[in-house]
Amino acid sequence: MKLNEWIKKNTFHHGQFWDIKKLIEAKEKQGLTISLCLPTLNEEKTIGKEIIIFKSELMDRYPLLDEIAVIDSGSTDKTCEIAAAFGADVYLSSDILPKQGTKKGKGENLWKAVYQLKGDIICYVDADIANIHPRFAYGLIAPLIYNPEMKYVKAFYDRPLAFSQGVRPSGGGRVTEILVRPLFSLFFPELTGLIQPLSGEYAVRREVLEAIPFPIGYGVETSHIIDVYDKWGLKAFAQTDLDQRVHRNQATRDLGKMAFGILRAFLRRTEALGVLHELPELPSILRQFQAHSEAYEQVEHEIFEEERPPMISLPEYREKFGRK
Amino acid sequence: MSRAYNSIEEIIRDLPAIREVCVSLRETLLANLVMLGEIPAPTFGEEARVNFLMQRFSECGLQNTSSDECGSGFGMLPGRSRDRNILLLAHADTVFSKKRDHTVSVHADRVTGPGIADNSLGLAVLATLPTLLEKLDLQLDAGLVLMGAARSLGRGDLEGIRFFLDNNKVPIVAGLCVEGVQLGRLSYASAGMLRGEIFCRVPEEYDWIRRGTTGAILIINEVINRILGIPLPRKPQTSIVLGSVEAGAGFNIIPTEATLRFEVRSESSEIVQEIASELEDIIEDVTSQTASEVTLDIVARREVAGLEIGHPLVKQAREIMSSLSLPPHITPSISELSSMINHGIPAITLGITEGEHLHEKRETVQIEPMFTGLTQLIAVLLAIDGGFCDEAE
Repeated sequence: MKLNEWIKKNTFHHGQFWDIKKLIEAKEKQGLTISLCLPTLNEEKTIGKEIIIFKSELMDRYPLLDEIAVIDSGSTDKTCEIAAAFGADVYLSSDILPKQGTKKGKGENLWKAVYQLKGDIICYVDADIANIHPRFAYGLIAPLIYNPEMKYVKAFYDRPLAFSQGVRPSGGGRVTEILVRPLFSLFFPELTGLIQPLSGEYAVRREVLEAIPFPIGYGVETSHIIDVYDKWGLKAFAQTDLDQRVHRNQATRDLGKMAFGILRAFLRRTEALGVLHELPELPSILRQFQAHSEAYEQVEHEIFEEERPPMISLPEYREKFGRK
Repeated sequence: MSRAYNSIEEIIRDLPAIREVCVSLRETLLANLVMLGEIPAPTFGEEARVNFLMQRFSECGLQNTSSDECGSGFGMLPGRSRDRNILLLAHADTVFSKKRDHTVSVHADRVTGPGIADNSLGLAVLATLPTLLEKLDLQLDAGLVLMGAARSLGRGDLEGIRFFLDNNKVPIVAGLCVEGVQLGRLSYASAGMLRGEIFCRVPEEYDWIRRGTTGAILIINEVINRILGIPLPRKPQTSIVLGSVEAGAGFNIIPTEATLRFEVRSESSEIVQEIASELEDIIEDVTSQTASEVTLDIVARREVAGLEIGHPLVKQAREIMSSLSLPPHITPSISELSSMINHGIPAITLGITEGEHLHEKRETVQIEPMFTGLTQLIAVLLAIDGGFCDEAE
């Protein structure tokens, strides 16, 4: 499939899926179950609103979702209490698959969700979205329901605050445009069709999630995309424009840490797939600088990019889901 | 709990069961509150919010979902009888401009955001009501007209409800106005009211030295001092609210224009009229003394109107509120209630929950009391529907 053809055919706008009743009919016809997963760490300010909106609109009013689950990394605020009070199933990441131990990172929650949740499709939505709306879930799930060949649907956000007419630049955030897109352009040109490869909102079929490894840190999304592309090709991807997303903005220094983690994960995947060969051992220390009056000092951040194996390789998982 | 009620006592007996069902719809009510609250709806700019309300009505299967020429939104829930209808309304506009960040925050016990109490919650109750009645398995004898009233506040001057009442063909037997706060509020009378704007412009050839004053702010200050000198009677209760002053552009730029917005409220229409005359005298006097242009623009007026405290609608509402341990807080209203009463429709205003920081960015409503507020509303609705609030022939 050519990139332009893919962009035309596999890029959607959430407005195309406004008829949720029709969507539910199609879901029921296929006998699909759908889980919504909200990975959290201290999100008490936004979690209540997200659960209320999804539960009321996509469970009570329109039964699109079969479960809404919060997978928490050990919040010290009231995230878990609020989530449970508004009707979500709340799980501590460390309580899931205890024999596998506990690692720190969002990817850990996403990986454990594959074991804990029951859906044939899992939709991941970040828990820090201020302008939450049901479209954040149905806009990503719908392409999977209507298109059996699609397996992994990413969100992108493309609603300029002011624009008159004609051509306008469109793309992702700073890390996407400065790091990920140049890397994809060099090594996986077809993947540049994904407008926001790092967005935290995506819906994926279980058959895909159980078959790919999960870096537990910043690199999880990048790694997923490379693995899905390697196993199923570009046609497995789709992307949906969800208009606008309002969330916390990150400082440039924090983005530096993110970029470091992503770059490490990228290099490891490319080496594992034989795209790059004989890489030196990659250090896990990111060095940044800070100044005290006239004196400069180096600050070292240790950024691990540990990886969880494909879930299908775990006997506990195969037993729970009846896989041979 | 589908049943016909033969007396107010039977309704009161069912209050705990009604409340339980209200609680079971918590997420539905809160989701409606969040989604409505995040759509800006300044007066004369309510279209998007009203459209969302009508979409909710349609999703609930309501018939005749429509909007009118004034921009108000309607949903009809037909009853068994064709000649009895109850009008249940909440004003759709808020005091916040479109530019304001309308993000709503949900906490464990409360919801915060601009306009969330006044009156996103009232509107959310309307949006939730069809689902609530369905869940309660209640089919009313009277038809229910649900109205999100546009152009209510400020210069809107109740245009939405006035247009509806002037052009409505459906027989309305009673009206219920829903306000987000405060729970326990019971309004059955409308105060006399006069809302206006005093505008002052200093002429370009103004003689700064001779007049000994520095621009429009001091002139508007003189107007304010004179207004504060108007003697206000304690009985009938009367007040003048100086709501906002706009003037000036910086530290050292002499302002040439100033605007004062105010509202006079009184239990007596005559006193409102007397104060209006005094305001005109003040304007004339200040104009002549300062050689500046001072004008008075009256943007809204209400006459005193109301039900008697012994009216069956008021009596039954008090009875229901007492049964829910809500001491009724009797307060006159200047909202849609007055229009209905002036059209001969017995009506009351009820509040849904407790709230604070009204008309501020951190406007907040409490979640738990909402279910008592909803229970009270359903019970009053049932009392009207059962004919227990009708006046004796």
